[in-house]
Amino acid sequence: MALRTLASKKTLSLALGGARPLAAAASARGVTTVALPDLSYDFGALEPAISGEIMRLHHQKHHATYVANYNKALEQLDAAVAKGDASAVVQLQGAIKFNGGGHVNHSIFWKNLKPISEGGGEPPHGKLGWAIDEDFGSFEALVKKMNAEGAALQGSGWVWLALDKEAKKLSVETTANQDPLVTKGASLVPLLGIDVWEHAYYLQYKNVRPDYLNNVWKVMNWKYAGEVYDNALA
Amino acid sequence: MAASALHLRLLPSPPAGLKLQQRRLGSRLPRQGGLSRRLSKVVSYYGLTTPPYKLDALEPYMSRRTVELHWGKHHQDYVDGLNKQLATSPLYGYTLEELIKEAYNNGNPLPEYNNAAQVWNHHFFWESMQPEGGGLPEGGVLQQIEKDFGSFTNFREEFIRSALQLLGSGWAWLVLKRNERKLSVAHTRNAISPLAFGDIPIISLDLWEHAYYLDYKDDRLTYVTNFMDHLISWDTVTLRMMRAESFVNLGEPNIPVA
Repeated sequence: MALRTLASKKTLSLALGGARPLAAAASARGVTTVALPDLSYDFGALEPAISGEIMRLHHQKHHATYVANYNKALEQLDAAVAKGDASAVVQLQGAIKFNGGGHVNHSIFWKNLKPISEGGGEPPHGKLGWAIDEDFGSFEALVKKMNAEGAALQGSGWVWLALDKEAKKLSVETTANQDPLVTKGASLVPLLGIDVWEHAYYLQYKNVRPDYLNNVWKVMNWKYAGEVYDNALA
Repeated sequence: MAASALHLRLLPSPPAGLKLQQRRLGSRLPRQGGLSRRLSKVVSYYGLTTPPYKLDALEPYMSRRTVELHWGKHHQDYVDGLNKQLATSPLYGYTLEELIKEAYNNGNPLPEYNNAAQVWNHHFFWESMQPEGGGLPEGGVLQQIEKDFGSFTNFREEFIRSALQLLGSGWAWLVLKRNERKLSVAHTRNAISPLAFGDIPIISLDLWEHAYYLDYKDDRLTYVTNFMDHLISWDTVTLRMMRAESFVNLGEPNIPVA
């Protein structure tokens, strides 16, 4: 399934680490809207770690809603900027951060996951593998830390494996709601993100978030994380 | 319940010079005396209350499965978590409401805050609902709503709108604002409780996804509308309003706790 992402320049370069952006679709006003990216695997391909029902709802409902609301907010922002309505511009920031963040985060998330048959779950090799050993002691220690922080997160949010481009160090970060990782530090690059909003696991794991966290590693796409890592430090 | 005979009256602010009885939580702290407490090894302990109806009584608007999980697991976990924290915490001798205010620590919450607030919020939530609830309130409550919102329809719309405006996990509330002596709709994030701001909660609606995901998936709008139209216990609201009215008019009683 080809990845047909008509993404804005910013989201695409974020995802591809600076690659040449595709021609963006423009509305009549000139607002560059975003589109729901396709998954590179079937909804059921991540079972039994994540059920097909969850993947379908998560992608077709939740992510699609973020995309729609973000585009709507962009149009409203465009109108407010054109009119010079500063208070309207400021008031829209909440919707933009939430829905735009939701789109950014979930676009990364779909790439973070891979069916086991296609290499999902295989531990990282190469430079990222060594960096993990150096910054966390061992791969197991990293997984344990991310699981602990993910389980302890109150409410809705994400737990990230982050690369600080400037300091050239890895760290585990959490963000609330749909705040993108960059809100925790301008030089932070997301290598892996785990959605710990209840909608990401509730139908399957109910209230047992730790079980979800333990199982999601089985479909983790470390190859992608390694590519992002290498590109960021290139 | 003779709700229709009830007439609520929120008195206007008292003239300057007449002091209402104030709660002074700060003055309780010396009473704790760390040394004597450690010697006596007494700790605070809170229990899990039971919803005032059978677990399947709210169907079809809230399934038995949801109530079982929500109360039996989520609510229970908050209680267990709180008690575990209190075993080694200096916070002792508070009612749950006082503990919430104390642990909120003016916006810099202590670790106990989240569990304490969620224990209270969920208890308040179960009691805010009843089988065959919803519909219209009567008498004094309806009058107060009409006074503060213009009409019941306005209130209903505003409550639903506020619930949908909440981004992420949190709660929707109908509160009585103590100083303004008015009803008001609000939403809070995560475990934040209007108690922390000195307002008096009247209705709470859990908007964490665990509250509705099994029954409604991502359709928060239908969940909120069903709550409004079929689940709200106006009888409970009336009792709460009566209590709130006396607190606002006469001041909250300062009940010493052992």
